[in-house]
Amino acid sequence: MQTHALDIQALKRDQTRSASPAAPAATSLRMENLNLFYNQRSQALFDINLEIPRQRVTAFIGPSGCGKSSLLRCINRMNDLVDGCRIEGRLLLDDEDIYDRRVDVAALRRRVGMVFQKPNPFPKSIYENVAYGLRIQGINKKRVLDEVVERSLRAAALWDEVKDRLHESALSLSGGQQQRLVIARTIAVEPEVLLLDEPASALDPISTLKIEELIYELKARYTIVIVTHNMQQAARVSDMTAFMYMGKLIEYDDTDTLFTNPEQKQTEDYITGRYG
Amino acid sequence: MNKMIDEQELHNDQAPGVKAWLRSGDPLIWLNGAAVSVCVIAVVGLLLLLAVRGLSHFWPADVLAVTVSYQGQSRELLGEVVEEVEVSGGQLREAGFELQGSGPFFQRTLLKQGNRDFLGTDFTWLIDEQFGARRFPADLLVVERLEWGNFYGYLRGVNRLGEAPITVAEQGEATTLAALQTLIADTVAVREEIDHIEQGAIGTINYDLERLRLRERGLELEGRLDALAQAELASERAELELRFRELQDQLYVLYDSIKDHSYSAELADGRVVTLPIAKVVRAYQPNAMNVPAKMAMYGKRLWEFLSQPPREANTEGGIFPAMFGTVLMVILMSIIVTPFGVVAAVYLREYASQGFVTRTIRVAVNNLAGVPSIVYGVFGLGFFVYFVGGELDQLFFPASLPRPTFGTPGLMWASLTLALLTLPVVIVATEEGLARIPSTVREGSLALGATRAETLWRVVLPMASPAMMTGLILAVARAAGEVAPLMLVGVVKLAPTLPLDANYPYLHLDQKFMHLGFHIYDVGFQSPNVEAARPLVYATAFLLVVIIALLNLTAVSLRNRLRERYKSLEH
Repeated sequence: MQTHALDIQALKRDQTRSASPAAPAATSLRMENLNLFYNQRSQALFDINLEIPRQRVTAFIGPSGCGKSSLLRCINRMNDLVDGCRIEGRLLLDDEDIYDRRVDVAALRRRVGMVFQKPNPFPKSIYENVAYGLRIQGINKKRVLDEVVERSLRAAALWDEVKDRLHESALSLSGGQQQRLVIARTIAVEPEVLLLDEPASALDPISTLKIEELIYELKARYTIVIVTHNMQQAARVSDMTAFMYMGKLIEYDDTDTLFTNPEQKQTEDYITGRYG
Repeated sequence: MNKMIDEQELHNDQAPGVKAWLRSGDPLIWLNGAAVSVCVIAVVGLLLLLAVRGLSHFWPADVLAVTVSYQGQSRELLGEVVEEVEVSGGQLREAGFELQGSGPFFQRTLLKQGNRDFLGTDFTWLIDEQFGARRFPADLLVVERLEWGNFYGYLRGVNRLGEAPITVAEQGEATTLAALQTLIADTVAVREEIDHIEQGAIGTINYDLERLRLRERGLELEGRLDALAQAELASERAELELRFRELQDQLYVLYDSIKDHSYSAELADGRVVTLPIAKVVRAYQPNAMNVPAKMAMYGKRLWEFLSQPPREANTEGGIFPAMFGTVLMVILMSIIVTPFGVVAAVYLREYASQGFVTRTIRVAVNNLAGVPSIVYGVFGLGFFVYFVGGELDQLFFPASLPRPTFGTPGLMWASLTLALLTLPVVIVATEEGLARIPSTVREGSLALGATRAETLWRVVLPMASPAMMTGLILAVARAAGEVAPLMLVGVVKLAPTLPLDANYPYLHLDQKFMHLGFHIYDVGFQSPNVEAARPLVYATAFLLVVIIALLNLTAVSLRNRLRERYKSLEH
């Protein structure tokens, strides 16, 4: 239980780093009465209503199996791959329903990039990993690719470590480097939203720190949604935090407010480590 | 430590000791080790047997000269010792032999005495006690011939057409032998030229004539064979026939130039015979040769075995066409089966919903792998050859009917039949490979905006390629050794031409071909001269094993390279 206890003072110090700009952010994603069913009987999400601001970091926290990853995977329609999965309600990206029949899923996923829990580079060279999304779009000009690969790797703070071995296999990188490569690969296609599904849970503390610094830098350009088990991490990197429990959204507020002065008893119990 | 304790227990008290020994797991380890040893001994033994029996055939063995006396009569014999066995005296007496010795067992020797044209049989069994002194005369000559098998005797003279004869009695042995070798070399050169003309130029003319005939028949069937076309065809034919006659005249001159060279030699029984040089492959004196010379001769004979077509009803010469046919058929089979199997596996694993129907299909595919191969042969004959081939002939080759083009067993149908036979293996292996690819990699690709097809093409299939190679390896291993279905759909005892040559369209899918597996069967069981063919059976079997191993090794190294590149993401 000791590990889950939160040092509020330390949290406060961290919060000053990611203090949000004064101007209120525009909404990027809006969920309206979102329900998710995995089959006839099991419902994973219940009436989620949520507005995610543009160019901010929003964190989903909650105990295992609370539906935070399911919610994240709704945003780029990854749940479509699950047989028998059904969605009710609306999910608007820039006021456009992404579950509309006319939406091109591949195009949507280019706008909403995703980084997974376990680093999943393709068994190709570092260069080809980053260029993959562009090649899919039919961009094969070497000059363009070179430029995008360098820009993306620099943005993912990986360039200096790999610039001399771009054509070596991506599998030769360490776990932390692989995860940053996956981030570089994702931002190479210039998405609007970046979904991070526990991006640092498989990494060592130093790599985790690097990923967190990266998130802090990336939010200037992207709307970031992150799922995390680690409350300190949520407190450190996010501007907004949503606490979920049993498929329901319990509380959603400024990270600062939610961690220091939660409205709900359940939230307080969770962040002070009384259960979860 | 544990072992020591066990041993102590073993000494102290027998029953618990045995129990402890059983419990320790040692017996199982011994059993496993023994099983592995038996496997290794079996495989190595098999290869050794094939290699020794097959490859020793090409060694120019010493030739024995011996006087055999039996029932007061004696005769001279020459020959190579092929085999020596011990036989019980009783058995020999029952067979009607009079034996001098007392021992219960007698040594028998199988002598390859050659000279089939003079002695009737070229192999003979002799009882060793009848042997006089064994001699290995240095001047004993062995002549390999195109007909009648080997000749063994003593060189007496050489007669080159239009020149004075050279004889051992007058010019001495060295000069005569040198003259013989020169004459053989000259004759072989002329024979090669003849072969070249017959196989190359005349073959092409025959091929062109046949195509001309097909064109005429085609025009006739279409009703467009008017006077003009006929005149054109006739002029082309006349031109070809003119060239044919020219070549034939050339051939006659060449044949005439070698047909009257001869050599004379003395047989073991003292007869002196004169034989044509035109039928000689090579002549040598094995008893006078040292080891390096014999090794050079061994290399030459082995190379001849690998590079020449067979002769004398497959009991002599080489097996190149069979080797070529086997490899070509396996390659064609691989080209057909791989895409087919992979596409089927991709559908079953990636697109089909995993329900009852998919499961049934999978079970059916797995069971196909267990169907006896001859059944595939029958299917290939009935469906591919008669039905598909017959239809193809009706549609595309009406001119050559009633002679079938594809409506008869041939290379294409053999490859297709074997592709069908090996399809389940490729499907199963590919499916397993696809199932092993982590879903996170697929999701990673989809999350970048790739469609399922793009993900499949760019990420999944490359990662599954080692598994496909595994399937292909198993398929090749099975197909290369298959004989039964091939006998029905395209393999023959002797194919006059290779299925790949310089005549358009170069690869003749409709032709029948030779195959090492069938060659083994044919040489081993259908040969008129069993003793002569036996070493060739071993040599051919050894070569078949080597070829399959080489094909497999190529595929395995390719797979390992792919595996290295797409090694799994697990660390």
